[in-house]
Amino acid sequence: MTKRYDRAEKLSSSAGSIVFDADVLVLGGGPAGTWAAISAAEHGARVVLADKGFCGTSGATAAAGTGVWYVDPVPEHREAAMAGREKLGGYLQDRRWMARVLDRTYAQSNQLADWGYPYPADEDGKPQRNSLQGPEYMRLMRKRTKQAGVTILDHSPALELLVDGNGVVAGAAGLRRQKGDRWAVNAKAVVIATGGCAFLSKTLGSNVLTGDGYLLAAEAGAEFTSMEFSNAYAISPAFGSVTKTLFYSWASFTDQQGSVIPGASSKGGRSVIARALRKGPVFAQLDEADAETQRHMRVSQPNFFLPFDRTGIDPFTQRFPITLRLEGTVRGTGGLRIVDDSCATTVPGLYAAGDAATRELICGGFTGGGSHNAAWAMSSGYWAGQGAAEFARQLGATVGRQAFRRGTIGLRSGNGRTLQGGALARSVQDEVFPYELNYFREAGRLGESLNRLDGLWSEASHAASPDEQELLRAREAAAMLATARWMYRSALARQESRGMHRRDDYPEQDDRYRHYVTSGGLDDVWTSARPLVWAQYSEAAE
Amino acid sequence: MIEVIDAERCTACDICVNVCPTNVFDKTDGIPTIARQSDCQTCFLCELYCPEDALFVSPFADAPQAIDVAALKEAAVLGSYRRAVGWVDESCHLRAADRSYRLFGH
Repeated sequence: MTKRYDRAEKLSSSAGSIVFDADVLVLGGGPAGTWAAISAAEHGARVVLADKGFCGTSGATAAAGTGVWYVDPVPEHREAAMAGREKLGGYLQDRRWMARVLDRTYAQSNQLADWGYPYPADEDGKPQRNSLQGPEYMRLMRKRTKQAGVTILDHSPALELLVDGNGVVAGAAGLRRQKGDRWAVNAKAVVIATGGCAFLSKTLGSNVLTGDGYLLAAEAGAEFTSMEFSNAYAISPAFGSVTKTLFYSWASFTDQQGSVIPGASSKGGRSVIARALRKGPVFAQLDEADAETQRHMRVSQPNFFLPFDRTGIDPFTQRFPITLRLEGTVRGTGGLRIVDDSCATTVPGLYAAGDAATRELICGGFTGGGSHNAAWAMSSGYWAGQGAAEFARQLGATVGRQAFRRGTIGLRSGNGRTLQGGALARSVQDEVFPYELNYFREAGRLGESLNRLDGLWSEASHAASPDEQELLRAREAAAMLATARWMYRSALARQESRGMHRRDDYPEQDDRYRHYVTSGGLDDVWTSARPLVWAQYSEAAE
Repeated sequence: MIEVIDAERCTACDICVNVCPTNVFDKTDGIPTIARQSDCQTCFLCELYCPEDALFVSPFADAPQAIDVAALKEAAVLGSYRRAVGWVDESCHLRAADRSYRLFGH
């Protein structure tokens, strides 16, 4: 039996703008967004999904391949999977969330198999579901999203949220950049699934991820958490974009003269690589991969070999220069703060999923890599879509509801220069790319950087809106700037080293900081400490 | 970065214009143009989606390169990524060839 879905309604389509009426609007069409859209539709909502690029190729997953935190429901295996990374994450994870993500990821992965995802089987014929090929996965997700009756708007970046008189989110508005006009969606709930922020570093597939959803959520009053865990850097060939750090666990790392760099490693020795890169070029060679491993690598991640095959380098027998590209909050664990099991944010009607949301609940302060993020995208997408659909249902009819545009920076007629997105983005990169500022943090350097970032914000927030062609670039740069300020303010507040956050001036983990750092604000950025759930319980029991 | 739309092979289907996540191409009356090369994130996805093997993405992410299209065709580089992931009939078995489960935990 084919299930019939109600579609979102096109209210008007005049020259210059198109308006839809929907129950749920999903911003972002990567894994989290598509899962959210399908879930909302399955829970009875009329759904619109708007993606800045193209749903199916947008985001960090589509271009790559990703592990998935998929663990058979065998209690010992599940326990080991949860316990395995608690130390690395600085004991900030939440066991209850880890367990429900493992359950949900198992269900969603098996759903993918039912939909025809070509999972491989091992030598014994057992299906292997702990890895996904990005292009294949996201092509399928686009198809299933359409089949669920979701209206997809491609090349339609959101610029700002709409909020009603009671502060409840009422939709969003944006650009259709290939049509040169505007869109607006009146919706009863909105899911932010716009990914993290990688600051246009060209880490694979991530240049669409500029923190856009953070900015428009913050303009509606949303809060963030764990933004200090935002300094993930990935290894790539120095000239290229393909970041597949897993394969570098078979690499040796050498300096210009060919001497092995002591302690350099993809796992547990990446900071050594960062320090070596400050002195001169660093080279890698995957010389520890035997012939069988090499064959597995080739079929598992064909794009890893494009930079090599196309430059005539044999990465197994020849040295090649490498660099570290900032992955920011994409592989950090910070993001929008969620307040309940349905992935609601602190703003009524606003939900968050995937890398746009915090992953502190399952990763603590250290990235679980693609694997945990992929599991989180499936799970939080499913929950956020369901939660948003339920919120919309309870809200009921909204005829005559007034909606107000909440966009600020880059969208107003300022009193001076126009906001220059390209130049601003480069200025932000100058503050977040350098290893001595972001990888290795210290109060003095963070403080000086924050002063410069605050100055940039003050200037940009008074600048005039640029013309239509430059508007998206300006908003992206503003989102990067806002993200950098939440990151560094949070990093200053955590006066210890924990997870991926390392402070030169506080090199040890300190029990007094076993809490989360909440952050927020635009003109005035603030942070505060928030206890872990178990600490709240034990306090209540006293 | 994207370097080549091969005029001989391109059928102006405009799929690349649609699928490029960073909006690098523009439609024209004829074949698309690479309108914003510096916005290319070197994700290779336009190449993967091109049904005519008409596109070439250079692996150099930060700087344009001089390209010898004839040599690329001669060496069957155009379309090589599509073949490698199994998005053509001859190699479709590769869609399920992922052996990552043998590589995790190293």
